[in-house]
Amino acid sequence: MSDANEAANEPIAVIRTPISLDYHYSAGQSASRFLRAIAQGKLLGQKCPVDGRVYFPSRGACPQHGVTFGDEVVELSDKGTVVTFSIVRVPSENIPLELPYITINVLLDGADTILIHVLDAKLEDVRMGMRVQAVWKPKEEWTTSTANILYFRPIDEPDASYDSYKEHI
Amino acid sequence: MAELTAVVGIGQTKYQAKRLDVSMPGMIREAAERALADANCTWKDIDAVIIGKAPDLFEGVMMPELFLNDAIGGAYKPMLRVHTAGSVGGSTGIVAASMVQSGVHDRVLCVAYEKQSESNATWALSIALPFSLATVAGAGGYFAPLVRGYIRRSGAPEDTGIRVAVKDRQNALRNPLAHLHLEDISFDLVANSPMLWDPIRYLETCPSSDGACAMVMEKASLASKRSGKVAWIHATEMRSEPTMFSGRDQVMPRATLDNAAALYKKAGITNPRREIDCAEIYVPFSWFEPMWMEGMLISERNEGWKMTYEGATAIDGDFPVNMSGGVLSSNPIGASGLIRFAEAARQVRGLAEKHQVDGAKKALGHAYGGGSQYFSTWIVSSEKP
Repeated sequence: MSDANEAANEPIAVIRTPISLDYHYSAGQSASRFLRAIAQGKLLGQKCPVDGRVYFPSRGACPQHGVTFGDEVVELSDKGTVVTFSIVRVPSENIPLELPYITINVLLDGADTILIHVLDAKLEDVRMGMRVQAVWKPKEEWTTSTANILYFRPIDEPDASYDSYKEHI
Repeated sequence: MAELTAVVGIGQTKYQAKRLDVSMPGMIREAAERALADANCTWKDIDAVIIGKAPDLFEGVMMPELFLNDAIGGAYKPMLRVHTAGSVGGSTGIVAASMVQSGVHDRVLCVAYEKQSESNATWALSIALPFSLATVAGAGGYFAPLVRGYIRRSGAPEDTGIRVAVKDRQNALRNPLAHLHLEDISFDLVANSPMLWDPIRYLETCPSSDGACAMVMEKASLASKRSGKVAWIHATEMRSEPTMFSGRDQVMPRATLDNAAALYKKAGITNPRREIDCAEIYVPFSWFEPMWMEGMLISERNEGWKMTYEGATAIDGDFPVNMSGGVLSSNPIGASGLIRFAEAARQVRGLAEKHQVDGAKKALGHAYGGGSQYFSTWIVSSEKP
């Protein structure tokens, strides 16, 4: 009885009220084409009609010029250059990666936009300009998702020059 | 011609990790009532209320402005909620100011807040977008690669960030409202703290705070009659840009440069470093002090770190920055921008107590948000323009 009274006097400071959200997301024409291609192991970019820059992934319109992209697609390599990076030692409930891990802003060969992804390498080896390539899931597991690429790994090529990627930092 | 407007009242809560003694409405009310008291006003004197906070996903309370209507005195008055990510506190102040400057209202209350103890901001900022991989853990995960880019292009010494962190935490010791009071703060303590998002160390990041900040603004014909000190708003400016486009300079976005140039033009400032007496700049990670010294056109490009290094941004330097301890010492996210604006106003009112810059007449308040894509700034002064 006295325990119950004491409990009743404790302030209720925080209660947890979990909610869940299910999203129905319409990818649209451009992203659908991109996602169907990635399900086949192909990386498709699109050119901005104003400045000719190749967007990957493309959302179908140029964020800078406000114009819709045409039907022309550009198939990209799965090799690229590490533009900048971080080594993450902070957990997040949404990210199922073991700490520490390396995140990279990678510029795929033929693309003019960066992709943020994960690099599987020794922490002391990662550097700006490092050449990397995508490591894919087994083909039978490919779906319409960029998660078909598991991570990137270093390849045996000379580093890219700073000038070749500096505008993408 | 816009109505000249002044800040006539400021209220803040004590920033701390957990305000378990008050609810969200109670915490906001506390700041609002302090602002009203400072302005020598009552709720009846307020014509409209503007409220700002960061994304609803933080606390998980959708559209909190609905249930906060009574707490901030919004009943039967115009009430508006503002959101521009981390810069929202600044934008909230600017929207409130514009309500008076436009001649629509005579006197407006604005409040901005975050109750991070009821929130999980890192989770909310790490949501997987459709069809893509979540790798960026919180704001630090996004900004760390940009900091690395800044170090590479500027050639800044690697310990610049440490020096900012020490300086801001030392300033916080002068501010009783600051969340972090690290009495033993030192270069070694910061340097030896764990690397969270390389190159950002634990003690180079902002804390998670509960808190609210409020301001009362009114038109010049009312403010001029006051015997107490007011802060005259000389200029406000906001800019945004897309998060990603090809060739976007994420380290030094065009939006910040355009924003700074437009702000100074409105305020009649041609040499910001000489004409502005002190600044409260949104620095959630230490390296953003030198980056925004450049982004606000106060320093030459790639030389912002020299201001830190040479002590120019110290409280006794020639361009003091974050006298209150800054975001590095208190970070109720949605309020953080308005706190910067409020601290600028406190300085020019001469009411900043132990972190007062002697003789400060003109001050800059600054906030940024999103992927370095929203910028909100103002210039306030002890004198009319």
